Amino acid sequence: MATKTYIQAITDGLDQVLSDDDKTLIFGEDVGKNGGVFRTTQGLQDKYGEDRVFDTPLAESGILGLAMGLAATGWRPLPEIQFMGFTFEAVDSIAGQMSRTRFRFGGEKNMPITIRTPFGGGTHTAEMHSDNLESFFTDVPGLRVVTPSNPYDAKGLIISAVENNDPVLFMENLKLYRSMKAEVPDDKYTVPLDTAKVVREGTDITVVAYSAEVNEALKVADKLAKENISVEVIDLVSLSPIDTDTIFKSIDKTHHVVMVQEAQRMAGVGATVVSDIAENDILSLDAPIGRVAAPDSIYPFALAEDDWIPDAAEIEAKVREILTY
Amino acid sequence: MANNDSSKPIVDFAAIKENLGSEYKMVQVLDGSAKVVNQEVFDSFSDEQLVDFMKKMVWERALHEQTMSFSRQGRLGFYAPTAGEEASEMGSVSAFEPQDFLFPAYRDLPQLIQHGGSVEKGFLWSRGHVKGNQYDPKYRAWMPQIIIGAQFVEAAGAALGIKKNGENNVAFVYTGDGGTSQGDTYEGLNFAGAFQAPLVAIIQNNGFAISVPRKKQTAATTLAQKAVAAGMPSVQVDGMDILAVYSVAKAAREYAAAGNGPVLIETLTYRYGAHSSAGDDPSRYRTKEEEKPWHDNDPLIRLRKVLEDKGLWSDQQESDYVDECKTQFKADLKAADAEPKQTNVEMLKNTFEVPTPNIKAQIAEFEAKESK
Repeated sequence: MATKTYIQAITDGLDQVLSDDDKTLIFGEDVGKNGGVFRTTQGLQDKYGEDRVFDTPLAESGILGLAMGLAATGWRPLPEIQFMGFTFEAVDSIAGQMSRTRFRFGGEKNMPITIRTPFGGGTHTAEMHSDNLESFFTDVPGLRVVTPSNPYDAKGLIISAVENNDPVLFMENLKLYRSMKAEVPDDKYTVPLDTAKVVREGTDITVVAYSAEVNEALKVADKLAKENISVEVIDLVSLSPIDTDTIFKSIDKTHHVVMVQEAQRMAGVGATVVSDIAENDILSLDAPIGRVAAPDSIYPFALAEDDWIPDAAEIEAKVREILTY
Repeated sequence: MANNDSSKPIVDFAAIKENLGSEYKMVQVLDGSAKVVNQEVFDSFSDEQLVDFMKKMVWERALHEQTMSFSRQGRLGFYAPTAGEEASEMGSVSAFEPQDFLFPAYRDLPQLIQHGGSVEKGFLWSRGHVKGNQYDPKYRAWMPQIIIGAQFVEAAGAALGIKKNGENNVAFVYTGDGGTSQGDTYEGLNFAGAFQAPLVAIIQNNGFAISVPRKKQTAATTLAQKAVAAGMPSVQVDGMDILAVYSVAKAAREYAAAGNGPVLIETLTYRYGAHSSAGDDPSRYRTKEEEKPWHDNDPLIRLRKVLEDKGLWSDQQESDYVDECKTQFKADLKAADAEPKQTNVEMLKNTFEVPTPNIKAQIAEFEAKESK
C-alpha cells in the first residue's frame, strides 16, 4: 500500500485495465507521448505501445464516434475528453448515439466505453474548463455517470467502469487531482458503480454530497463533532443511477438532511435527490430539506470563482439552520 | 512611390477560387444515351453480372413503389423514397464484401437489405419496431442513422477497429449532399485520414436536402473535394450509371482494404420522389421541368438499353420480376405484421446490460401495466 494522489490512483487503475484486457484502448487529445495535459496517462504509451494508447485529432465528437466504431469492432475504448466543457462538442455522440445503442439494437449490442473527463472548479482555469456539466448527462438514459471523491475510490471505480459493458461517464475532479492523497492498495480492487458510500457515520443530520464537496462536508462534520453534533456524510459516487436506499436509510436515523453540490442549483443531481426524498421518505424528516448549491449563473471567471463554489462554511451554516428549524 | 496597380498580387485568390474542384471529372462507363464510353471497363462485366445489376435496380424500384403504396395505406411508418437512386445505391453496395461494415443513413435501407439484412426487418424498422434492428450477430451493419453525420465518425472508428484487428475488410458509410455539411462528416473523414483507416465514404448527391438545393448547401464546386482537406483521394461518378458506380466503388474498396487509407466517392444522382413518406411535397421547391432531365437519365432505362441490345432482357422478363418482387414484399409485410408487439418492459431491460435500481423498479411497474 502506498500513498497516492487522486491522479496517480487513476493512472494506476488505467494501468490495471490495460494490463488485464488487451482489447482496452486509451485515446484522446495529448494522451500519448505527452501523457495527458494533467499526466493522467503518463507512461502508459511507453508501456503498452502506440496501438493501445494514442493521440487523436482535436475533435471531441470524432473521439467519441471513434470509440463507438471501435467498440462495434470488438474493442473496449477509454476515450478521454480533455475538459468536461469540451463535451458540449460531443453531446450527440454521447446522448444521441452511444447511450442509445443497446436500446436501438434490442440489447444485442453493447457499448463498453468509459469516457474520462476532468471537471470542477477551484483551480482558476480559462473558461469552459471548470464547468459542472453532470446534470446534462444524468438526464441521458443508458449512460452511467460516476465521480470519485478520493484516491481509493478513483482507482477502484475506474476499474469497475471499464469492466462494465455499458457506457460510463467517469468524471475526474480537477481540484482533487493533486491536492488529495490517500492510501491506495497496489493490488486490483473494484468500487461498485451504483452504490453510495457512508463516508462518515453520524446520528443528527445527513449531508449528501459528491466529488470535491464530500471533502467540504467532512470538514464540517469534523468541526461540528467538537460541539457534539454528529453529522453523517454520504458520498453519492454514482450520479446516475442514484443510490437512494443508502440515503433513505441514513435519513431514517438522522431525520435531517442537507444536499450539497458544486453545480448550479437549477434541476440537476441535487434536485433529483431532494425530490426522491420528498416523494419516498418525507415523513422521516423533522425539518425541511436543506440545499447548498452554486447560483444559477454561468460558471464564473477565474477571479470570482472562490465565492461562487459552495464551501464548508456554507454547508455548516445550512446544517445549523436545518438542525435548529 | 511605386505604382502597385499593375503589379501581380502576392496571392491570386480569384484564380485559386476559379480552379477549386476543377480536377474532378465525372466517371462514366455508359453515357446518358447508354453509349459505352469506357469499353475496357464495360468488357470486364459478364452477362450474368449485367443481368444481376438490372435485377437489383428493378428490385429497388419495385421496393420503392411497394413501400409508397404501403405508406399510403398506413401500413408503414417513416420511409425515405429511393426512386432515381438505384444505380448509386445498388452499384455501390454490390462492390463490398459480406464482412465489410456498413453504416447507412435513413435513405439507405435498400443497401442494408442487400448487404445481408432483410425486407421484413426494413419494414419493421420503418414501423418503429426494435426487431428491425436485430440482425444476425455475424452481419456487420449499423442501423440507419437519423442524425446524418454521426455515422461518419462511427464508421471511422469501425475502420480503425478493422485495421487494428488486422482484417482485410473495410467500413463503408453513406450520407447525402446535406449530410456533407455536418461537422461530424468532416470529423469522420479527418479521423479516417489521420489513422489511414480503411474507410470508403459514399456521398449520394441527390440534389436536395429535403427542400434545400445542393447549391445552397455549400460553395464547393463538388462534394468530392471535401475529402481533400482530410488528405483523402476522392472521385465524382455518374450516379445514374450503375456500371460506373460499381467499378469506382470496387476500386475504392480494394484501395482502402489494401491499407492505403480512406477514399471518398460522390455519386451524382437524383431523388425523384419526396424526401419522405411523411408529407413532403417537392412541387414546393422544384419544377417538373427541372426534374425531367433526370428522369430522361434514368438508371434503369440506361442499363435496360444495353441488356436489350445484347438480348439479355425483355419487358416481359422485367414485369415478371417486378411481380415476383412485389409478391415477396407483400409476404415480407405479412411476416412483419406477425411480429409480436414490443413492450416498454423490453426497452427498459435493454437500457443497460444490468438494469440499475431505478430501472428495475420501473420494469416491475410496466410489467403490471403491460400484462393487462
